[in-house]
Amino acid sequence: MYAATGMYSFRGIYPSDIALHPDAASKENGMGTHLPSTEFDGTAVDDQREADAEAVMGEPAARMVQLLGPDGKLGTDPVFSGYADKLTPEDLRGLYADMAAIRRFDVEATALQRQGQLALWVPLTGQEAAQIGSGRASQPQDYIFPTYREHGVALTRNVDLAELLRQFRGVSNGGWNPKDTNFHLYTLVLAAQTLHAVGYAMGIQRDQKLAAASDPAGREPDAAVIAYFGDGASSEGDVHESMVFASSYKAPVVFFCQNNHWAISVPTNVQTRVPLSNRAKGYGFPGIRVDGNDVIAVHAVTEWALEHARQGNGPVLIEAFTYRVGAHTTADDPTKYRQSAEEDAWRAKDPLARLEKYLRAEGLADDAYFAKVKADGDELAAYVRRTAHDLEDPDIRQAFASVYREAHPLVAEELAWFEEYSAGFAGGDESAGQAAEAGH
Amino acid sequence: MTTMTIAKAINEGLRATLAANPKSLLMGEDIGPLGGVYRVTDGLIGEFGPDRVVDTPLAESGIIGTAIGLALRGYSPVCEIQFDGFVFPGFNQITTQLAKIHSRSSGKLSVPVVIRIPYGGGIGSIEHHSESPEALFAHTAGLRIITPSNPHDAYWMIQQAVQCQDPVIVFEPKRRYWLKGEVDVEAPGPSEDPFKAHVLREGTDATVVAYGPLVPVALAAANAAEEDGRSVEVIDLRSISPIDFDTVTASVRKTGRLIVTHEAPTFGGIGGEIAARISERAFHSLEAPVIRVGGFHMPYPVAKVEEDYLPDIDRILEALDRALSY
Repeated sequence: MYAATGMYSFRGIYPSDIALHPDAASKENGMGTHLPSTEFDGTAVDDQREADAEAVMGEPAARMVQLLGPDGKLGTDPVFSGYADKLTPEDLRGLYADMAAIRRFDVEATALQRQGQLALWVPLTGQEAAQIGSGRASQPQDYIFPTYREHGVALTRNVDLAELLRQFRGVSNGGWNPKDTNFHLYTLVLAAQTLHAVGYAMGIQRDQKLAAASDPAGREPDAAVIAYFGDGASSEGDVHESMVFASSYKAPVVFFCQNNHWAISVPTNVQTRVPLSNRAKGYGFPGIRVDGNDVIAVHAVTEWALEHARQGNGPVLIEAFTYRVGAHTTADDPTKYRQSAEEDAWRAKDPLARLEKYLRAEGLADDAYFAKVKADGDELAAYVRRTAHDLEDPDIRQAFASVYREAHPLVAEELAWFEEYSAGFAGGDESAGQAAEAGH
Repeated sequence: MTTMTIAKAINEGLRATLAANPKSLLMGEDIGPLGGVYRVTDGLIGEFGPDRVVDTPLAESGIIGTAIGLALRGYSPVCEIQFDGFVFPGFNQITTQLAKIHSRSSGKLSVPVVIRIPYGGGIGSIEHHSESPEALFAHTAGLRIITPSNPHDAYWMIQQAVQCQDPVIVFEPKRRYWLKGEVDVEAPGPSEDPFKAHVLREGTDATVVAYGPLVPVALAAANAAEEDGRSVEVIDLRSISPIDFDTVTASVRKTGRLIVTHEAPTFGGIGGEIAARISERAFHSLEAPVIRVGGFHMPYPVAKVEEDYLPDIDRILEALDRALSY
C-alpha cells in the first residue's frame, strides 16, 4: 500500500492516510473509549463532503513525495530523483549517522531529565529524517529559525549538542551564538519565528540589491531561510501572516512544517481539514507534502525548495508527514490521548530502519559500520552527560547585564540595590561575599 | 531654526534617517503613496523607493515580526502602527519576542526595531482610535518608550530612536500632529538625550509632570495658576521607559508637591509608578500626596463624551488646589 514509486495519492483533498493504516477504521475497537484520532473515519458524510469539495474547488488529490519506503527500497520521482541521485554513498551513510546520533542524544537527554538534571526535555524521536534531511540540505549561508524540537537540525548546523541543554537545564535561554551557526535560538511562543524568518529573508533580498549596486563582482552566494513549525502551530495567525508577507514580497524562505500528527494531545485534524501542504496554494506558492520519515526524499525536496527560494522564485511550503513517536515533552503522557497501535504503525515506518535496510541491501554499509555508528552515539551521549553535569549555574548579574544593550538607569539602580543587599550577607553567602570583594 | 508641525518634523526626521542610514527602512500600512493616514511619511517613497518605504499587508503582528527578522539581518526597521488601538495584534511579537531577544540571547543578538504609534484622544474619532496604551509596554522590560510633545523633540527623538541599539516605541501625540514649533535641524541642543525629562517651566509651589499630548495642557494650567499667584513647575517627561526620576525628584524636593497627568487611565498607569518612586525618593520633601490626573477606569469613551474623560486645564487646577490644601 505504501508505494515506493514516490507517488502516493490521497483520497480527495483530505489527509486521510487510512491506506497507511489498514486497521484505522476499526482502531477504536478494543479500547473501550473513543479517543481523538489524526485519521478521518471514512464515513459516508465525509465521502460526500469530499466529493462536494472536489466538485466545488477542483482540487487535485494531494500527493506525497516518497523515495525510500519503509521496505528500504528506493523508488523514483520525476522531479526529486534527480536531487536524490546527487547523494553519494558517503552522504547516505552520513545521513544515517546523523539520525542515529540525534536519536541517541534524545535518549540521553530524556534520561538526564528523568534524573533531575534537566527541567524538561522535548524529544524528537520519530522525526529524525525530517530534521536531518532538511538540515543537511541547507547551505552554510542559509539561516534557520527552529521551534524548540529541532535538535536534529541543530546537529546539522554544528551547534554543540551539550550547549543545547542549557535551555532545558535552566542556565540560559539558548547556549549557542546564532551568528556562528546561522541557527537561531529556539522560539517557544508558537509560530512567532515564522515571521522573523520572513523578515530575515526580506533582509537577504535587500542585501543582494545593495551588494549588486556596490560591487556586482563580489556577490556573496545567494542565501535562503528555513522556518520550522509544526502542525499545531500551523493554526497560529503568525503562520498565516508570514505566508502572506513571504508571498507578497517573494521572500526567499522555505516553510518547513513537520506534521508529527499531534499538538500535545490534539490530533492534526483539529488543526486542518486539508493537507497542510495544500494551504500554500491559497498564498500563491508551491506546497509539497513529503514523507517525513524518508530522509532521502526530505533532503531532495528541501534542496529543491531552497534552490527555488535562493533563485528568487519566492517561498515554498514543505509538509513533512511524520510522527512524534514519543511524548510532546517529558511532562506529557500520550497514553491518555492516543492508542499504542497508532504508535506501533508509525514505528513500522521508522526512518532509521528503512535507511539501514537500503544501505545494507546496496552494500553501502556493513555490520562494522553500524557498530561504529553505535559506538559514536554512545561517545556523544557520554560527552553530553558529562558536559551537562558541568554546566555552571549563571549569576543573576548576567541577567541584569542583558536586558538592554545600552545603559539603562532603572536596571542600574536595581542592580546597585541588589549588590548592596547581597553585600549584607557577606561572610554568610559565598557568592555575595565574592561580589563584595570584587568591588561590585 | 525652521518652523514646522510635529507631523512634518517626524517626516523630516525619518527623511534624515533614511538618507543617513542605508540599512534603515520604514514599514507599515498605507505609508507608501498615501504617506500614511496622518501623512507622516508623505513623499518618502518617492525619494527612497518601495524597498525602503514598505507598504505592508494589513497585519500588525506581521509588521512587527518581519521587522524583528530584518533587524536580525542587520537592518533598522521603523514600523508604523496606524492607530494605538490596532497595536494589539502585534502585542505578542512586541512583548514576547522584540523585548526579550537581547536578553534571551545573553546579549548576543540585538533587535533595534522602532515602532511608531500615534496615540491619545481628543480627535473626535470612533473607537480604538484614541487610546493610550503606554503603560502596557512600560511594564515590559527590554523596551524603551519615548513620546515627543513638540516639533523639535519630534524631529530628533525619531532619529535617536533609530540610532538606539534597543527596541524603542515612539508614542506620537496624534492630536498635536499639527502643532507648530521651531525646530533646530542642525543640533538637538538640550534634546540630545531622548531619555531625559525636561523642565519646561520653573516654579516653587508644585510640580506637574506631563508627557505627549498633555504637555501643552499642563503649561496652560501653570499659566492659569500663575494668575492666581501660584508658581507651578512643569516637567515634560519625554521618556516613559526609562523614566528620568532624577529630574522629577529634584523638582519635588524643591516644590514639595507633585501632580502627574496622562490621558491613560490612572489605575496601573505611569502616574502610579511615579507616585510610588517619588514617595520613596522624596518622602520627607512631600507636603501632600502625589495626585494623579488621568483617564477613568473604563474603555476609552465615545467621542461625544471624551471631553469629560480627558484631563484638561480645570482638572489639573483642581488637583493643584487639593495638593495645596494639605
